[in-house]
Amino acid sequence: MSKRAAAALTLPVGERDHAQGPADAPVTLVEYGDYECPHCGRAYPIVKEVRRRLGRRLRFVFRNFPLRESHPHAEHAAEAAEAAGAQGKFWEMHDRLFERQFALDDDYLIEYAADLGLDAARVGRELAAGTYAPRVREDFRSGVTSGVNGTPTFFINGLRYDESWEVEALVAALEDAAR
Amino acid sequence: MATPPQGPGAPLPAGTRAPDFALSSAPDRTVSLADFRGRPVILAFYPADWSPVCGDQMALYNEVLPEFERYNAQLLGISVDGTWCHAAFARDRRLRFPLLADFEPKGAVARRYGAYRQADGFSERALFVIDGGGIIRWSDVSPIDVNPGADGILRALEALTGASTPA
Repeated sequence: MSKRAAAALTLPVGERDHAQGPADAPVTLVEYGDYECPHCGRAYPIVKEVRRRLGRRLRFVFRNFPLRESHPHAEHAAEAAEAAGAQGKFWEMHDRLFERQFALDDDYLIEYAADLGLDAARVGRELAAGTYAPRVREDFRSGVTSGVNGTPTFFINGLRYDESWEVEALVAALEDAAR
Repeated sequence: MATPPQGPGAPLPAGTRAPDFALSSAPDRTVSLADFRGRPVILAFYPADWSPVCGDQMALYNEVLPEFERYNAQLLGISVDGTWCHAAFARDRRLRFPLLADFEPKGAVARRYGAYRQADGFSERALFVIDGGGIIRWSDVSPIDVNPGADGILRALEALTGASTPA
């Protein structure tokens, strides 16, 4: 068996990323996810709980990894989150999408934008024009070259985390990395 | 032509000439390695259609096809499943690359690549990147239950195009 190096992020976390938590937190958790993926939907409340537990010691970053062939709405959902981000509400849209995973048609995406007080017409235009498609593709590419092999895939301080992402296991791994 | 058999978990290494083969990719179509001479080929041996990890691995590669195409590389999936099984699997997962049936004699191609699990009767989860001249430039076997992702393939393709001037 050949020796296997742990997969590592090829695109370091930086200015381009959507992050929650302090930039100088001792631990950074990166998730590559897909808004239409049921596993990511299950991970969503888990990550929320983990963030609550770690508090200011954790920075959480979400990057897009839409599996377009399996999930027909995933690409536009990702672009809608980016469009909301351009209007200052990435995380609000991110949360809404995971909470309404069952309703991700374009009409809903635009409705969510309106609900969040965004310029929904602009979001609609940007979805139609694929304004954020290159950004989503850049996330996807960075995931592929970093060894993302499905969704969700997590990285802790830059290294792929292949163990359980149930709350207790993930908290323990993050606590470990924080030391 | 005939390549000495390797031990289990010992895929043909980089630098070896890739054994040619002709396998069915559909009930009425045959694909051979030589068809792709001049282009990089990615051979992805996997244990079986429908098993959870393989499904995820092939679904991932389906999504990554545009990245492979940037290197003008052709991806070929290979398992011991028959063509009708492959056809149903590919349709279900909407796969846009050929799945080859290493079906009769069973696993013969996998054996020649050192990627057959004799005791299990199916192939390893083995990856080969072959250059346009038919030489293996990178190979890797993953633990059977681990989806290897696509990063190793992309690094190999990158190295390949870096080493020789792309057409």
